[in-house]
Amino acid sequence: MKRIVKYGLSILVALGVLSAATLYWMGTRDDDALAATGQPLEAADTAALVAQGRYLARLGNCMGCHTAPGGQAYAGGTPIPTPFGTLYGPNITPDAQAGIGNWSADDFWRALHNGKSKDGRLLYPAFPYTEYTRVSRADADALFAYLRTVEPSRQPSRAHELEFPYDQRGLLAFWRALYFEPGVMEPDAAQSPQWNRGRYLVEGLGHCAACHTPRNSLGATQYDSGLAGGMILGLDWYAPPLTNGPVDGLGKWSAQDIAMLLRTGIAKHSTANGPMAEVVLSSSRYLREDDALAMGEYLKSLPTTPSDAVDSDGIRQPSNAVMDRGGKLYTQHCAQCHQDDGQGRGELAWPALADNATVIAHSPVNTIRLVLHGAFAPATPANPRPHGMPPFGQVLDDSDIASLVSYIRHSWGNRASAVTAFDVKRVRDASTGN
Amino acid sequence: MSAYLMSASSCCYQLHKRFSRWLSGLAWMALGAMAPVCAQSVTPAVNTLQPNTMAARVAACTACHGEQGKAGADGYYPRLAGKPAEYLYHQLLNFRDGLRQYRPMAHLLTGLPDNYLREIATYFADQHVPYPSPARAAVSADMLEHGRVLAMEGDAARGLPACVACHGATLGGLSPAIPGLLGLPRDYIGAQIGAWINGLRRAAPPDCMADVANKLTPEDIGALSAWLSSRPIVTPYEPAPAGAFTLPVECGSQMQH
Repeated sequence: MKRIVKYGLSILVALGVLSAATLYWMGTRDDDALAATGQPLEAADTAALVAQGRYLARLGNCMGCHTAPGGQAYAGGTPIPTPFGTLYGPNITPDAQAGIGNWSADDFWRALHNGKSKDGRLLYPAFPYTEYTRVSRADADALFAYLRTVEPSRQPSRAHELEFPYDQRGLLAFWRALYFEPGVMEPDAAQSPQWNRGRYLVEGLGHCAACHTPRNSLGATQYDSGLAGGMILGLDWYAPPLTNGPVDGLGKWSAQDIAMLLRTGIAKHSTANGPMAEVVLSSSRYLREDDALAMGEYLKSLPTTPSDAVDSDGIRQPSNAVMDRGGKLYTQHCAQCHQDDGQGRGELAWPALADNATVIAHSPVNTIRLVLHGAFAPATPANPRPHGMPPFGQVLDDSDIASLVSYIRHSWGNRASAVTAFDVKRVRDASTGN
Repeated sequence: MSAYLMSASSCCYQLHKRFSRWLSGLAWMALGAMAPVCAQSVTPAVNTLQPNTMAARVAACTACHGEQGKAGADGYYPRLAGKPAEYLYHQLLNFRDGLRQYRPMAHLLTGLPDNYLREIATYFADQHVPYPSPARAAVSADMLEHGRVLAMEGDAARGLPACVACHGATLGGLSPAIPGLLGLPRDYIGAQIGAWINGLRRAAPPDCMADVANKLTPEDIGALSAWLSSRPIVTPYEPAPAGAFTLPVECGSQMQH
C-alpha cells in the first residue's frame, strides 16, 4: 500500500514537472516562420524601405510607448501604468549601448514576432507582440530600417517597476504558453484584398485589441469576445466595442465614418477623446486614405457580439428631479456651445451631444472625464486648431455632474443609463490623483 | 447661476482657510507642490461665443483664467492678458512637455502642436483689459517693507538680484519672455516660487529663476508675494521692449524659441 502511494506520488510529481516543462517550452519556443531576411538592397530601395518603415512606425504608434512627452523620439522612458506595476518603454534608437544599435534585422523580427529580446529574454506583453506577431517579415524589416535612421540617444532604458511576482520575467513563459501564439496572418482568399489589408492593420500593427478587447485578470486579451470593448486596464478610460452593435458599437457607422475618425479625430457624432485622441494624434492621422478605409471595411464586417444586444429594460432611468437639475445645469454651462437642442454648432467646433457615441456609450466614464477635466479635440491636418471643452470639475460637485451627465444621456432621443454621484466620485478619484 | 457661484466661492473659502492655517512661510513651498483647483465664478454672457473664433477655441482656458484671460476671480488662477507672448508660449510648451508640472494644464494641452500653442499665447498677449485694484495683503508693514527691498534692491550679500533687474523697473516684464509680476494673486506668486524650489516649475537652462528661488527663505517668499500682489498698476503697464536693458544673469528662457 505504502509502495502504491509512493509510486502514485512520484507519478503525480513527474506529471507536474512534465506539464510545467511543457508549458515552459511552449512559452519560450520560437516560431521560425519567415525568419530569413531578404537580399541586400540597392540605395534607392533602402530609401523606399525607410519611408515605408516610417509610415509603419506611425501606424503601430511606436512612439506612444517609446517616446516620453517632450523627450527625444524613440529614446524611451514613457511610463505605461498597468495593474501589475509600471513599465517603461525602452530606448529603441540605434545607440549601441542604450538602444538597439547592435541588433540585427533578425533580432528585431524576433522581438516583434516572438516577443523576445536580442539576448533571448522574454518581453513583457505591454509590448503588444501578441498583435505584432502578425506583422509580415517585409514590414518588420522596413520598420527596422527606419529605426536605424532615427537619432541615437544615450539615455538608458528605465527599469520596470513591477510588483512581485510579475517582476519575475521567467514566469512570462507560462503566461505566453497560455495566451500567446506566434504566427503570421494568412490572407483569407474569400475576402477582398482591401478587407485583408484592413484585418492585417487592425489585428497587427494597429493593435486595436490592446484597448478594445476585454482583458482577463492576468492582463491577456480575450480574443474570443472579439473587439467587444471594455475598460482599459490601468487607464480608467472606456474603449467602446468596435463590433457592429447599434448603440455602443459601430452599427451606425460607415467604413468612411471610421476612416474619417481615424484620420481627422472627428466623425459624424463622435470626437476621439482620451487615449483614442492620443492614438489619432500620434498614429492614425498619418494613415493613407486607402488604409483607413480598409480598416473601416474590415471592422464593418465584424459580427455583433452578445454585449451588443440592446437591453432597454436594463437602462437606469434618471428621476424627474435629476432631469430637472441636470437640465438647469445644462442651460447654464453647456447650451452656449452644444445648444439647447443638443445639436451642437459649427462642423468642427461644438459637437452634437444628441446621438453622440461617447455620450450614449454603455459606460459613462469617458463623458464624466470630459466634463471633469475638459479636452481639446485632437489637432489633425483636417482640424489643426481644435476648440477646447472647458473643465468643470472645479466648479461642479459630484452630484451636479451626475445630474448633468444623466441629463445629456437621456435627452434628445439619447437613452443611456443614469449616473450616480458615486460614479462621478470614482472617476474623479481615479483621474485626479497625482 | 447661484449654484455655480456658491460652489466656486466655497472652493475659494476652503483655499483661504488652508492659507490661514499655514502662517509659516513654508506654506508657500508646500503650495508649489499642490494643485489648487478653483475656477472663477463668472460665466461668460450667454451667446457671446461664436464658433471658429479664437475666443471660442480657448474657452477651455478662459473657464479658469477669466474672459480674455483677465484672471480668475478666485485668487489663484493668474491673468494671461497682456503677458509677453513668448512667455505664455513657453509656459504652454512647458506644461505640455512636463517641464512645468500641473496636471490640469498638461491634460488639456496634450498633443496640441507648437504653432497652435503660439497662436493661443499671442491671442492672450494681445488682450488688453483693465487691471482691477489690488487688495493690500493683510500682513505687517515690516513684512511689506522686506518685500519691497528685495523686489527693488535685491540682496547683494546673498547674491540675490532685485526683481526689477530682470522684470523691469515697472515690474511689467521684458520682451520676449520675462513676465510682469504685478496684478497676480498673492497665493499664485508664492506657489510659483515654491514650485521652482521643488522642481515642479522649470525653464530652459540656464534656469535663472530657479537659481533665484533657491536663495529665497520662506520669509522672503511670504514678503515678496505680499508686496508684489499689493502693488497698484500704473498704466501703461506692459513689458519693456526686447533689449531695453541687460539682465544681471543669463536666462535660457529669453533665448528659447
